[in-house]
Amino acid sequence: MRIAILGGRVVDPASGTDRVTPVYIADGRVAALDAEPASFHAERTIDAKGLVVAPGLVDLNARLREPGLEHKATLESELKAAVAGGVTRLACPPDTDPPLDEPGLVEMLTQRARHARRAHVHPVGALTMRLEGTTLTEMGALADAGCVAFSQGDVPIGDTQVLLRAMQYAATFGHRVWLRPQDAHLARGGVAHDGEIATRLGLPAVPACAETIALGTILALARETGVHVHLQRLSTAEGVAMVRAAKRDGLAVTCEVAAHHLHLCDIDIGWFDSLARLDPPLRGTRDRAALRAGLADGTIDLVSSDHAPVDDDGKLVPFGEAEPGATGLELLLSLTLKWAHEERVGLADALARVTSRPAALLGVPAGTIATGAAADLCIFDPAAHWRVERRALASQGRNTPFAGHELPGRVRYTLVDGAVVHEA
Amino acid sequence: MNGARNPQLGPDGRLLHLLTLEGLPAETIVSILDTAEPFASIGERDVKKVPLLRGKAVFNLFFENSTRTRTTFEIAAKRLSADVINLNIGASSTSKGETLLDTIDNLVAMNADMFVVRHAQSGAPHLIASHLHATGKPHVHVINAGDGRHGHPTQGLLDLYTIRHYKRDFRALSVAIVGDVLHSRVARSLIHGLTTLGTPDVRVIAPKTLLPARVEAMGVRVHHDMRAGLAGCDVVVMLRLQSERMKGALLPSSGEYFRHYGLTADKLALAKADAIVMHPGPMNRGVEIDSAVADGERSVILPQVTFGIAVRMAVMSMIAGGPP
Repeated sequence: MRIAILGGRVVDPASGTDRVTPVYIADGRVAALDAEPASFHAERTIDAKGLVVAPGLVDLNARLREPGLEHKATLESELKAAVAGGVTRLACPPDTDPPLDEPGLVEMLTQRARHARRAHVHPVGALTMRLEGTTLTEMGALADAGCVAFSQGDVPIGDTQVLLRAMQYAATFGHRVWLRPQDAHLARGGVAHDGEIATRLGLPAVPACAETIALGTILALARETGVHVHLQRLSTAEGVAMVRAAKRDGLAVTCEVAAHHLHLCDIDIGWFDSLARLDPPLRGTRDRAALRAGLADGTIDLVSSDHAPVDDDGKLVPFGEAEPGATGLELLLSLTLKWAHEERVGLADALARVTSRPAALLGVPAGTIATGAAADLCIFDPAAHWRVERRALASQGRNTPFAGHELPGRVRYTLVDGAVVHEA
Repeated sequence: MNGARNPQLGPDGRLLHLLTLEGLPAETIVSILDTAEPFASIGERDVKKVPLLRGKAVFNLFFENSTRTRTTFEIAAKRLSADVINLNIGASSTSKGETLLDTIDNLVAMNADMFVVRHAQSGAPHLIASHLHATGKPHVHVINAGDGRHGHPTQGLLDLYTIRHYKRDFRALSVAIVGDVLHSRVARSLIHGLTTLGTPDVRVIAPKTLLPARVEAMGVRVHHDMRAGLAGCDVVVMLRLQSERMKGALLPSSGEYFRHYGLTADKLALAKADAIVMHPGPMNRGVEIDSAVADGERSVILPQVTFGIAVRMAVMSMIAGGPP
């Protein structure tokens, strides 16, 4: 299929392109920008006047719930949600049932994802067998099967010696390790940030030091082992300061924030709103401000959706029993744009945090609109606002604390490998 | 879910449910206490009944065991001529796979008019009330009889009633709350009630392991030294210490706890000479309170129980008894 995208503002952070110009697509790739290639006969023309033509979004943290948790979501539903949100490539954490700790599971998942012909899926392998934090997985075989990195999902390794060895082993072969800093003991039983809101509501709390103590351990072990560590879903002001200092010291770490943490804080729990039950918990206003500033100054490299579809049964229960998580793939672009607008960050800068930067961490050529690159595109209307309605979401987990919010940025077309996989 | 607003007050400010004392206007609290006054003497009559809730079905829904609170609610509802159905659900309904809201829907189908709910999870009564509104049953009322660590508003009200009975003016009082504030719904409700009624000096006395983060934000002063904390106070409220607090490294032993935070006659001597001693019950003698104090002349622990019935009658009649 040959497609001509005409009249759009092409914003490609990787190449620095930001101008109104046509994009020509053939054979699944970007054939040319600016000038129509010789003998190009478009079979379809997309009128992109007033729209932004950006690389497809790359999300490093989206749970698809397969295998094993299909009652919450399926590959089919969540990949549909991905392209509805302009996400053309995503990494899924290993916390499925069973966890992604052996190559057969990873191959099955990537095959099913390929078959769905929507967003590209990159599994993240389990760092330890069954995520139990005792035995290492066969990282070599898992990497061959398609794993782009290794992680523990939301299950911290309690035994620091195992963590050290896992990082040493990964470093030996150049595998990436993605970790969410959380001390298992300090977080035990907690459901909300340890502040005056949890105190008032009588909710068991997770102190900020549950993050910073684990972060201190991870940073020390990263220095020790030289492994490339990507820190997932930072939530505290102190954590941001620690990462900033570590980067200043030259440590090769990268860091992400979940999109909802840029906008919400513990006050949004209101009167026990289980939609605001997230992991890590929504923290204080000071933490939120630090996360927003950290993302602006580069301490935090990128934004992830932290997509975690939860069914109504998981949310229609008292706050402390509610399953943590929210649907996020369809909100990633809008929440990033909202942050950028409020913090006066330019469009290309903002898009880098959901395209080129996460793509670089996957180690695959993606996240750019260059001649010859795969035609994975997100074409959106930056001026349009939309209201988040449960019914209108493609994700099977329709629960989000942003339900009812008006957000900027509406995805009009999503292209994966040169095919239009979503239009609205 | 549906946590954006507190469903306990209707659009006209009328009390639809009693979920928390937080945010309740002072006039509403005072009006509940005033309504309770005549009920306090009903128990002394030969015929202990009034017909305010005749024909109404009150379901005592206790997901957590409690004999005392359930009994006082039952007595209160019966004295108002309601039909009372006691359900001790404990953990059994979850083992059958029925969710909390399924249980509620079933009982609503049996034409319940009011739920008195105790639940181990903070916010469970809010969830039920929100669900009743969302499913078009706002005429079914919810009274929180204790939810997790969050609130126990009728206990808070009976504590306020007791304090007012003996001390009259909240705006001239020092109240000390001693013990496990971290896990205490009783403490949270009483703190909200006292601050709303203008009590200028509310103190909490506890070790750091039994205080929640930033508790000062609730309008209290923190003391770790019980003697300093009791100095010159008018009311001493002792909290129950549960034995499981000795696990999990919160406290070394009940003996050590008593040494630092047990109320003894010599510590009580530091309070004002006419200070009263309160306890929500059930007491652990020799753990948080010495028997000599618990049974002493300044103890108002048994009157609290009596007032508790009157206060619960007041709340039930105001919520479900039609316009006042």
